[in-house]
Amino acid sequence: MDASSALPTENTREQTFRLWRGERDEGEFQDFKATVTDGMVVLDVVLQIQAEQANDLACRWNCKAGKCGSCSAEVNGKPKLMCMTRLDQLPANEPVTVEPMRAFPHVKDLVTDVSWNFEQKMKVAKFQPRAPDAPDGTWRMQQADVDRVQEFRKCIECFLCQDVCHVLRDHHKHDEFIGPRFITYVAALEMHPLDTADRIPALKEEHGVGFCNITKCCTEVCPEHIQITDNAIIPLKERVVDQFYDPVGKLVKIFSRRSTNT
Amino acid sequence: MTGEYETVEHDVLVIGAGGAGLRAAIEAASTGVRVGLVCKSLLGKAHTVMAEGGVAAAMGNVDDRDDWKVHFADTMRGGQYINNWRMAELHAREAGARVNELEAWGALFDRTPDGRILQRNFGGHKYPRLAHVGDRTGLEMIRTLQDHGIHQGIDIHMEVTIVALLTDGGRVCGAFGYDRERGRFHVYKAAAVVMATGGIGRAFKITSNSWEYTGDGHALAYDAGAALQDMEFVQFHPTGMIWPPSVRGILVTEGVRGEGGILKNNQGKRFMFDNIPDNYKSSTADNLEEGWKYVTGDKNSRRPPELLTRDHVARMIMREVKEGRGSPHGGVFLDIAWIKEHIPNAAEHIKRKLPSMYHQFMQLAGIDITKEAMEIGPTTHYVMGGIRVDGDTQMSTVPGLFACGEVAAGLHGANRLGGNSLSDLIVFGQRAGEHAAKFAKANKKYTIDPAQADNAARAALAPFDRTTTADGPFQVQEALQETMHANVGIVRNDADLRSALATINTLREKAANVAVRGNRNYNPGWNTALDLPSLLTVSEALTRAAIAREESRGGHFREDKPDKDPAFGTFNFVITKGADGEMQLKREQIPEMPANLKAIIEENK
Ligand SMILES: Cc1cc2nc3c(=O)[nH]c(=O)nc-3n(C[C@H](O)[C@H](O)[C@H](O)COP(=O)(O)OP(=O)(O)OC[C@H]3O[C@@H](n4cnc5c(N)ncnc54)[C@H](O)[C@@H]3O)c2cc1C
Ligand code: SF4
Ligand code: SF4
Ligand code: FES
Repeated sequence: MDASSALPTENTREQTFRLWRGERDEGEFQDFKATVTDGMVVLDVVLQIQAEQANDLACRWNCKAGKCGSCSAEVNGKPKLMCMTRLDQLPANEPVTVEPMRAFPHVKDLVTDVSWNFEQKMKVAKFQPRAPDAPDGTWRMQQADVDRVQEFRKCIECFLCQDVCHVLRDHHKHDEFIGPRFITYVAALEMHPLDTADRIPALKEEHGVGFCNITKCCTEVCPEHIQITDNAIIPLKERVVDQFYDPVGKLVKIFSRRSTNT
Repeated sequence: MTGEYETVEHDVLVIGAGGAGLRAAIEAASTGVRVGLVCKSLLGKAHTVMAEGGVAAAMGNVDDRDDWKVHFADTMRGGQYINNWRMAELHAREAGARVNELEAWGALFDRTPDGRILQRNFGGHKYPRLAHVGDRTGLEMIRTLQDHGIHQGIDIHMEVTIVALLTDGGRVCGAFGYDRERGRFHVYKAAAVVMATGGIGRAFKITSNSWEYTGDGHALAYDAGAALQDMEFVQFHPTGMIWPPSVRGILVTEGVRGEGGILKNNQGKRFMFDNIPDNYKSSTADNLEEGWKYVTGDKNSRRPPELLTRDHVARMIMREVKEGRGSPHGGVFLDIAWIKEHIPNAAEHIKRKLPSMYHQFMQLAGIDITKEAMEIGPTTHYVMGGIRVDGDTQMSTVPGLFACGEVAAGLHGANRLGGNSLSDLIVFGQRAGEHAAKFAKANKKYTIDPAQADNAARAALAPFDRTTTADGPFQVQEALQETMHANVGIVRNDADLRSALATINTLREKAANVAVRGNRNYNPGWNTALDLPSLLTVSEALTRAAIAREESRGGHFREDKPDKDPAFGTFNFVITKGADGEMQLKREQIPEMPANLKAIIEENK
C-alpha cells in the first residue's frame, strides 16, 4: 500500500471556489482559495476546504464514486454529483461555483432538505409479485426481461432530476407531481417481470404525470444516464392514454387509417 | 432531566440502516413490536449501497455440486478456522433462503439461461456462488430492503448519530444521539437494541470506506460493557484505485477477476502463479489456460491464482511493488481487456458485466478498461473483528444488545471471503431482528437513568467550550489515519505496533482538547470531533490485539512472525473494558466443533 512516497507529482495550481454559505433563507457566496491538481473532483476540494479552512462547511457525501447519490449540488449552475465532476472538465481560470440544489428547502451551505422525496416514494404502491413459478417458491425469468427494467433500477436517488425539473423547480408543484425520479420508480415497478399491481390510475391522478411536458432536462442531468423521458415517462404516458382515453384513441386510429387509405 | 431531550420509545431500536440494520428492522417489525431505525446519513446511502460483486449463497444454480456444506467449508478455510463455526454453519444453510426472499421483495438478479438466479465466481469460493446484478449488487440489495422496509411501519430517523448506549443494571435500555440538521439531542428508549453500524475503515488513510465508518458501533458496545473479538483482523482489499491521487482507495470489485481479469507486474508477468499457498494448491490452476477455462465455467478446471483469498493477493501485490516490479503509481496492473483474445465482442461483454467499473475508470481516471489495464493497489476494506455475539441469537455479552453485519464478529474468522458480507447481512440481520424482538417482549421493564443522558450531552457539547487553537478534528483524524496506515497496516511488526499504541495515546489527549467552531446546525467539524473517541477506541483495540497475536494468519500479517502458529488457532482474542476503564485483552477458547461439521471440513479439504 505504501509505494506512494515515490510517486510522480502532478501539476498543482491555485483556484478560487465560490461556495454557498448560510442557513435556511439567508446565505451568500463565499470565496475560498484552494490548491488543486487536475485529477481532483469538486468534492475533493470541498472536503479540503472543510478540513483546512471551514470546519463547519456542510455538505453530504458517502461513496466518492458516484454510487450513493449523496453529493448532489449545482456546480457552475449545473446539477451534478460533486464526486464525479473533475476539475479538468471545468474552466481552469475561472472561479468554480458550488451551491445547493435549488428545488428543495435549504438547510445549510450545500445541504438541502430532501425529505419530500422520501415521502413521494411512500405514495407509490409497493411491489406485488405474482405467485411463484416453482414449488420451492422461486421464479423463472429471462435475462432479456430483467434487462428491460435494470436501467431504472440503476437509480442512485441523487434527486438531480428532481432538482432540474421545471415543474418542481419553477412551478413548485410538489403537492401534485412526484417528479421524474418517482415516475422512473413507477416504471421500474410497472415493467418488473413479476409485478401484478396497477399504478396507472394513480400515475394519472395523484402522481400527476400529465404535468410533464417532455422537456428532457431530467434525462440530461441523470448521472446514471437513465433515459428517463424516452424509456420511463413516455411509455407510461402512453399507458395512461391507453387506459383512460382508449375510445378516443381508437377513433383517432380509425380516422387516420381511413385518411391514409383514401 | 430527560425532559430536555426529545424522547421517543420503541420496543426495538436498530442503529444503522445498511443491509443488516434494514433486514433486522423488517424482521422485528414483522413480529408486531414497535421498531425505530436510526442512521447517520440519508436512507439508502449506507455502505451496502456500494457493494459491487455479489452475495454468496450456495444455491447451486450454476454448478449443482455446490451446497451449504461446501460453502461452510470454504468460509472456515478462508477464516483460517478461528471462525465462530456455528455462525458459519447457519450462514451457509440460510443464505439461499434469504436471497430468494429478496427476490420476493422485488430484487432482480442476473439470470441463468433457464431463468434462475445467476451466480459468479469469487475468491475462495469453490463454485460459482455469487448472486449478482452486474457490479451493483449492493444497490439492488439496499434498495430492495429500503423499498420493502418503508411499508412495514418502521419509524425511521435519518441523519441521527448515536453517541451513547443507555443501560440499566447491566442490560441495555436505549440510546442517546443527536440529529445532524439542528444538533438537537434525542433519547431513544428501547427494550432491545440492534447494533448494525458497519465498519472502521476511516481509521486508515487509504480506504474504500466513507466518513461514516468510524467504528461507532464497536466503541458504543465496548463502552456499554460488551466484548469485542478478533479486532486484529482487518481486510485490505487487493484492488483499489490508485491514480489519480484523489481516487486512491476507491474499490475495484473482485468481480473483475471473477470475470477473467488478471494481475500483471511491470514486466507483463502474471506474478500470482509464483506463490500459491499449500492449503490452496490442490484447488488452484497451475497454468494460464486452465485459469481461463475456470472463469468461463469449465467444471473440470481449477480457479486462477488471482482468485485466491484477499489477504494473500494483497500481500503478493505489495511484494511486487516492494521489489521494484510495480506500476508507475505504485501498484500493479489489473487487466480485463485481455479477454478479447478469447471472446468476440469482449468490449460489450465487459460493459455489460462490469458497467460501474467501466464508468468509474472512464470518468475518474480517463481509462477505458475494455482497452487498457487498470492500475490498482490494496485498500482498507473490511473489519472481520467486532462485537462478540451468540451465533444463534446474535446477542452480545450485554443483555438486550444485539449485533449484526460488519460490526459483529465471528462469521469470517481471520479473513472474509468476498460476497460473504452481503449474505452475512441478511442471514444475521434476520436473526438479530427476530431475537431482539423476542427479548424486547420478554423484558419490557427498565428505568432510564437521566444522568447517563446528561453525561453524554455534556461530553458532546464540550468541544464548543474549548478555545484551543491546536489541531482541529480533521487534523487529529488524519494523524490517526497516518499512524494506523504506517504501523497497523498490511505488514506489521511488534515495534511498529507498539509505537502506534503510543501515538494513539497522544492523539487521545489531542482529541480531548479539540475545539470546534460554529453552531450545532449541520456542523461536520463538530460531528467529526464526536466521531474521534470511537475511532481511537477501535484503533487501540486493533493494535492491542495485533500485538498479542504473535503469528501470521488471514488478514493479520506479522513480518516478525511470518508463519502461522497452530497454538494460536484454538482461541480468539477478546477485548473488554476493565473496571479501571482500561482495555483488557484475554483469550477465549473456541468451543469444540461437532463431529458432523468436522467431517464436512475433512471431506472438503
Ligand atoms: C466499495 C465496497 C464494495 C463492497 N463489495 C462487496 C461485495 O461485492 N460483496 C460483499 O459481500 N460485500 C461487499 N462489501 C462489504 C459490504 O458492502 C459491507 O461490509 C456491508 O455492506 C456492511 O453492511 P452493514 O449493514 O453491516 O453496514 P452499512 O451498510 O455500512 O451500514 C451502516 C449503517 O450504520 C449507520 N451508523 C454508523 N454509525 C452510526 C451511529 N453512531 N449512529 C447511527 N447510525 C450509525 C450508518 O449510517 C449506516 O446506515 C463492499 C464494501 C465496500 C465499501
Ligand atoms: S421531461 Fe418532464 S419530468 Fe423531465 S424535466 Fe422535463 S418536465 Fe420534468
Ligand atoms: S433518475 Fe437519475 S438523476 Fe434522477 S434520482 Fe435517479 S440517478 Fe438521480
Ligand atoms: S459521494 Fe456518493 S455519489 Fe458522490
